[in-house]
Amino acid sequence: MALDSKTGTAPRDFKIIGTRPARPDGIDKVTGRARFGADMSAPGMLVGRVLRSPHAHARIKSIDSSAAEALSGVHAVVTRADFPTPEADVADILDNCMAGEKALYDGHAVAAVAAASAAVARQALKLIKVEYEPLPHVIDVDAAMASGAPALHEGRANETVPKGHSPNVMARHAFGHGDIDAGLAQADRVLERSYRTEATHQGYIEPHACLASMGADGQADLWCCTQGHYMVRNTCAAILGITQGQLRVTASEIGGGFGGKTTVFLEPVALMLAKKTGRPVKMVMSRAEVLRATGPTASSSVDIRLGMTSEGRITAGFAELRYQGGAYPGAPVDMGAMSAFAPYDLENVRTIGWDVVTNRPKAAAYRAPGAPMAAFAVESAIDELARDLGLDPLEVRLKNAAREGTRASYGPTYPAIGLEATLRTARDHPHWSAPLGPNQGRGVACGFWFNFGGDTCVSLNITPDGTVNLSEGNPDIGGSRASMSMMAAEELGIPYDKVRTVIADTGSLGQNEVTDGSRVTFAVGLATIEAARAAKREMCKRAAQVWGIDEEAVIWEDGAARPSGPNAGEHPPMTLAEIAAIASNTGGPIAGHHEVNAEGAGVSFATHMVDTEVDPDTGAVTILRYTVFQDAGKAVHPSYVEGQFQGGSVQGIGWALNEEYIYDDDGILQNAGFLDYRIPVASDLPMIDTVILEIPNPGHPYGVRGVGETSIVPPLAAIANAVSASIGTRMNDLPMSPPKVLAAIQAR
Amino acid sequence: MSKIHVTTTINGDPVDYLCDAGESLLDVLRDRLGMTGSKEGCGTGDCGACSVTVDGRLVCSCLMLGAEAEGREIATIEGMADGETLHPLQRKFIEHAALQCGICTPGILVAAQSLLERNPDPTEEETRYWLAGNLCRCTGYDKIIRAVLDAAKEMREAP
Amino acid sequence: MQYHAPTSIDDALRLLAAKDGNCQILAGGTDLLVRLHSETGDDPESILDIKRIDELRAITPEAGGWRIGAAVSGAEMGEHAGLVADWPGVVEAMNLIGSTQIQGRATLAGNLCNASPAADSVPAMVAAGAMARIAGPEGARDIPVAEVPTAPGRTSLGKAEFITSIHLPARPEGGGDAYLRFIPRSEMDIAVVGCGVALTLDEAGICNAARVSLGAVGPVVMLVEAGAEALIGTAVDDAALDALASVCSDAASPIDDKRGTVAFRTHVAGVLARRAASIARTRAGGAS
Repeated sequence: MALDSKTGTAPRDFKIIGTRPARPDGIDKVTGRARFGADMSAPGMLVGRVLRSPHAHARIKSIDSSAAEALSGVHAVVTRADFPTPEADVADILDNCMAGEKALYDGHAVAAVAAASAAVARQALKLIKVEYEPLPHVIDVDAAMASGAPALHEGRANETVPKGHSPNVMARHAFGHGDIDAGLAQADRVLERSYRTEATHQGYIEPHACLASMGADGQADLWCCTQGHYMVRNTCAAILGITQGQLRVTASEIGGGFGGKTTVFLEPVALMLAKKTGRPVKMVMSRAEVLRATGPTASSSVDIRLGMTSEGRITAGFAELRYQGGAYPGAPVDMGAMSAFAPYDLENVRTIGWDVVTNRPKAAAYRAPGAPMAAFAVESAIDELARDLGLDPLEVRLKNAAREGTRASYGPTYPAIGLEATLRTARDHPHWSAPLGPNQGRGVACGFWFNFGGDTCVSLNITPDGTVNLSEGNPDIGGSRASMSMMAAEELGIPYDKVRTVIADTGSLGQNEVTDGSRVTFAVGLATIEAARAAKREMCKRAAQVWGIDEEAVIWEDGAARPSGPNAGEHPPMTLAEIAAIASNTGGPIAGHHEVNAEGAGVSFATHMVDTEVDPDTGAVTILRYTVFQDAGKAVHPSYVEGQFQGGSVQGIGWALNEEYIYDDDGILQNAGFLDYRIPVASDLPMIDTVILEIPNPGHPYGVRGVGETSIVPPLAAIANAVSASIGTRMNDLPMSPPKVLAAIQAR
Repeated sequence: MSKIHVTTTINGDPVDYLCDAGESLLDVLRDRLGMTGSKEGCGTGDCGACSVTVDGRLVCSCLMLGAEAEGREIATIEGMADGETLHPLQRKFIEHAALQCGICTPGILVAAQSLLERNPDPTEEETRYWLAGNLCRCTGYDKIIRAVLDAAKEMREAP
Repeated sequence: MQYHAPTSIDDALRLLAAKDGNCQILAGGTDLLVRLHSETGDDPESILDIKRIDELRAITPEAGGWRIGAAVSGAEMGEHAGLVADWPGVVEAMNLIGSTQIQGRATLAGNLCNASPAADSVPAMVAAGAMARIAGPEGARDIPVAEVPTAPGRTSLGKAEFITSIHLPARPEGGGDAYLRFIPRSEMDIAVVGCGVALTLDEAGICNAARVSLGAVGPVVMLVEAGAEALIGTAVDDAALDALASVCSDAASPIDDKRGTVAFRTHVAGVLARRAASIARTRAGGAS
């Protein structure tokens, strides 16, 4: 078969890629039919609820659940004692789902109950007696690193941490090349600044929810909202001590995740309750539980040293990043340290990241985890230096921009990348030259994200009537089924609506990585294209068989097998539907599948531009105009690419202005609800303008790059740069809530 | 605990149910009647995912007791389409890619329908303020606002 | 827990008396249901829904002003042209609370009885000189709205009493009112500071009466006498507004919490007073 798949070159003349068809799950989602995590029920189902620690840090001396168990309608209570001793790789995950010796943060699960109704479960929780011995706590990252700080764990620092640090320091990460001191010596101006960001939550509107059942033989089924049901399967199996094959996990529709649903919280507990009761158990978190006990991102404290010549060339960049990632190791400071200077071509660059634990919920991934805080610091510093030197901040970025061949600050050398294109397009855009009024300012910032590949497995089945079912294993969090159908249809040369893509359960496909790292359109797309190519090869073979010619002499074009070479024109083309109709007589069903640990994910860069207005009497910031310029490689469905740009930007706006975890002196979270955890509302915002650039990723057949995460990286700094320009003084501490901005104005 | 017997109308259908005194209308819809189109995002009236109308008035069903529905007319997302014909708002949401994950979508559609019934030609600003109680974390609201304004335009121009 | 929906004030009073205080009044329910569903709270024995009492559902003219039933929603107030024309500040304050959805349910009387220092409608009602009518075993009584909340979450009402309506007086000749609050977002937040101003101007444009109130800067909404003094006898010009801002900042005695700082609230109390007075002046027919 003479397919271009042998060389892997992309067909440039797309018929479907780049169009904007209706998403396959659209009607279900606008009519209320789509089933999310909390929308599934089972016969005989019980309701599970979790009892949570009211202390920031406390030893659990005893748990007496006898009164709760005696309550009519209560079927089981579980505590940590019910779980087997975990293997090291899931020990922290289990401890986060159900506390062991200590409660490590306000909201930490300490027991759970399964009861006949929500009302009984609620009553039962009040009857569980937990005896706590409160311990000193620590919330702030710098305080946790200080000597004498209350220690959460002892002896858990890894080998990268030099002796003499607080036991709360878990790891040290270092990246870079060149000589910082020598670079700074070449600078005309050196800036040293410190920056802080507060913890923010992913803020998905759907609380965590699951429905578990488990038989006495260990066979179990789980329905849940997750970014990765294979991850849920593997993690829960390890925690419960069953095999992965015994547990089938089905992903519900997912009501937002942004990284926060890349781990487990309720699922192992629900399975344990189901096991103990022999009944299906449904668990749904309240919003307060979501905020108290799931996924905030790290808060950060960052020091920057930056040298620049009077022409705007950066001679050296140094960043020391301290992130607290909650009660367990794993703050995303490694990725912060890798990404901090990633947009720039620097001779001398070094970053050091410190992973620190505090008495807060364990940080989960949040859209480009670790990168926005690092970019906030670096992009603020570049802006301040540029303005101090009287230089155009956009031109300074262009002058230092990484390009093909640049050695990235975190090690590798870039292939073709799009940063310069985003900066040039931004400079030439009418937004950059639009006039500003009083109290208004304009800011720009760049952002970078790696993007991942990883284990991926898809199966593409041709039905007897010539339509296509594509099964993939990654929950569709923002329209990816549409993209997969489009890529399959493009490759097969059939209409988009002839392909239906479903998210298969864990029993139906091999291992799939989580929906994270902006990997799905890239990696699942790549696997889909390869699966379609495998199906095409098989269909060419069937046609060759019918025609009695060599299968190498058949090509696939426009949705049909055609004889080629010396046989060209000898037989009329056989369409996919025609080949499908006789499949039974030519060897049986036709399918294509592909299994791969996908490599070649293309990094994605963006430049954001924002105008702000500050009320000088109250410090209130209004976002007046916002434009995103980002490289998508190839936009498969441009509407959903724009949606990613817009959604990430607005999460960044929230992070910059009003979102933060607020603790009292006792380490108790003060704003565990959508009333006071203030995510942007519709009336806070203007339209978010987008410009999609397409610099193809050489690692993907169609040039696709992941686009989902980069958009949250630049906004923090872009808005800080705009507000700083609006008020004439730097804002280096997020969020820029009105009290802080007003204080800065008054201190001017 | 004795239950309360409620007779009401939901999406034009007569409905009877028994509920506890403290049970929200949202819990009744979802857990007793199997109408899971209305979503619970917060339970405190801050996210709007449970939006329904009661006697034509937009409310959060999480902030109303099931017992209060006696004799009322409730409308939910499940009643928005006319059989297989989608409401223009529903169609425009798909067309404009105004949903990503879709969890806020039912509430936003119910709220937007309520807006257009009162104001067939809302400005962008009026639309944004009307929908301020409907949180969306995926879209940044841009495409939602465009879809509502476009649906309003189509409905105004319809014969 | 039991649910009652009486159809008359007398039935409601009988039920209240029978429950000896362990009974929650349900009007709009936008605060009550949040408490009922919180993970920590204890449920009351009974809920008494007053929305089936017809006379509590109406806005009626009375003594040149308006009587607003305790079960009237914010949305209904916003749609009442006469009320909006007379007391735009009170209606705006009510309509600022929460979302469109909240407006479909929330009531003026409920906002008052929730006794939050940050309640938006209360400073506006206090500035307007509103009276609350309270039904109880001894009959009805009228008290100034400012006397209802006594501390955060506490009211002066007896166990067997409830508010049946709020009366807004006749809008005085040359009168205008306004309410402004500060919140971090454009919608959906609780007031960090709120300020109500009601004033009247004489034919020469000189202020001859004023009431200024502040919310969220003390345990209860406060009437700032010095604020009124700063305005009365002036044309509500820049100098008067500066004086007003200054006395309002002085009067504020806020706390630091998740919504704001002492310094911020103190300063912004003055800023809002200035802006609200300026709007009230315009509404009173003065220079804008």
